[in-house]
Amino acid sequence: MGVEKSTIEIAPSVRQIPGTPAFITPIDKIFNWARASSIWPMTFGLACCAIEMMATGASHFDLDRFGIIFRASPRQADCLIVAGTVTKKMAPMIKRVYEQMAEPKYVIAMGSCACSGGIFRTYSTVQGVDEFLPVDIYLPGCPPRPEALIYALLQLQEKMKRETGRWGFWRK
Amino acid sequence: MGGLLPLLIFAGLVLVIGLSMLLANRLIAIRKPFPEKLIAYECGIDPSGDTKGPFKVKFYLIALIFLIFDVEVVFLYPWAVVFEELSWFGFVEIFIFVVMLFAAYLYALSEGGLKWE
Amino acid sequence: MGILEKIDMETLLKNLKEKFPRYILDLREGDTTTLTVKREGFLEIMQFLKGEGFNHLIDLCGVDYLNYKLEAKPERFEVVYHLYSISRKELLRVKVPIPEKDCWQYSLTSLWKTANWFERECYDMFGIVFKGHPDLRRILMPEDWEGFPLRKDYPLQLEEEREWKVYRELKTKARGAR
Repeated sequence: MGVEKSTIEIAPSVRQIPGTPAFITPIDKIFNWARASSIWPMTFGLACCAIEMMATGASHFDLDRFGIIFRASPRQADCLIVAGTVTKKMAPMIKRVYEQMAEPKYVIAMGSCACSGGIFRTYSTVQGVDEFLPVDIYLPGCPPRPEALIYALLQLQEKMKRETGRWGFWRK
Repeated sequence: MGGLLPLLIFAGLVLVIGLSMLLANRLIAIRKPFPEKLIAYECGIDPSGDTKGPFKVKFYLIALIFLIFDVEVVFLYPWAVVFEELSWFGFVEIFIFVVMLFAAYLYALSEGGLKWE
Repeated sequence: MGILEKIDMETLLKNLKEKFPRYILDLREGDTTTLTVKREGFLEIMQFLKGEGFNHLIDLCGVDYLNYKLEAKPERFEVVYHLYSISRKELLRVKVPIPEKDCWQYSLTSLWKTANWFERECYDMFGIVFKGHPDLRRILMPEDWEGFPLRKDYPLQLEEEREWKVYRELKTKARGAR
């Protein structure tokens, strides 16, 4: 087939057909733009941070203008905002809900309790939701103001726009 | 006969667009199914209980009444197209038709068939 | 027990002392009248108080007096009840000392339905078994949790080995997947 002839080596043991970036990058850009402009979070309000999340979604700090619509089902959501203290009793349920979301999915740990356990360093509190979930954005605060949550979502949009190659049925 | 070619093109386009959307999803979407992902969603706990509740009759009633009056409208359309040619005879005929179905409508109304709980 | 027959608190407490001399350990007046009662006569006294107009059980909770320095407590645990008389607008506190070795108490669910969940919480947090409770199981901690968290000798943080089984598996599976 002539793999050696038609490809060039761009990094150790990585071969590429020359010119593919010109074709792949616009596709990446389109998908990233589509995903970033319509983040649909799964409402996972556990404690006080949930109230700030509701306030951010309400009319004064409106999230709808960013294309963010809260979905109550993990099947229709692509972002899990863990807002509030995570107890060990609740942990398996969060894990299950995260697993039931469709790829590509992102996690925002909202509030100090979800980032690191907050002030609750006890036998029953999970010391940060990243003990069992891969977190994309950490948002400390107790609770973080709506402006902070909007900033976190905007940072998530920036993170989405930097992604490459997160599409394709052959991807793991 | 000439009026049917645009219809055929339209049907073909619908098929092509629909199938291409499905195909695009098949090619582009990341697919990672595993058992815990595919079970029924029940707020994070294992699904329990029966999902089949008793069937609500009001859906059937509304569908039935809709069907009858929709068929009536279907009969009204051709008359509306050629009503000038049929003049008075056609008018009286369609009037009798509508009156009969109007009586049926009054009966359904009085028996509470249009009441949505 | 109508409003016409309502007697005031002093007379009520005097009647109480006359009727149950053996069971009452202590009666303290103050901001809130506190009655310390023995476990044996507890149900009878509660029945009597409910008849006398104390129809509202506000709260039921446990206390652990391990290493308590202010007073010499006879037993390690205590169950505290707050009764309120709506017609008299009087609050009454009833305390029952519970020994550590013989850690059980009579359930109040036969008199007040609300005691059901209060007693479940007391059992969950202190390990005090309530005899006569229809459904005594943990309410705050997971069902298969070991240990009673609000006891004074329960650690604030658990070591890795004493971790709850389900959560430990969740963590190891997540670490393995990463």
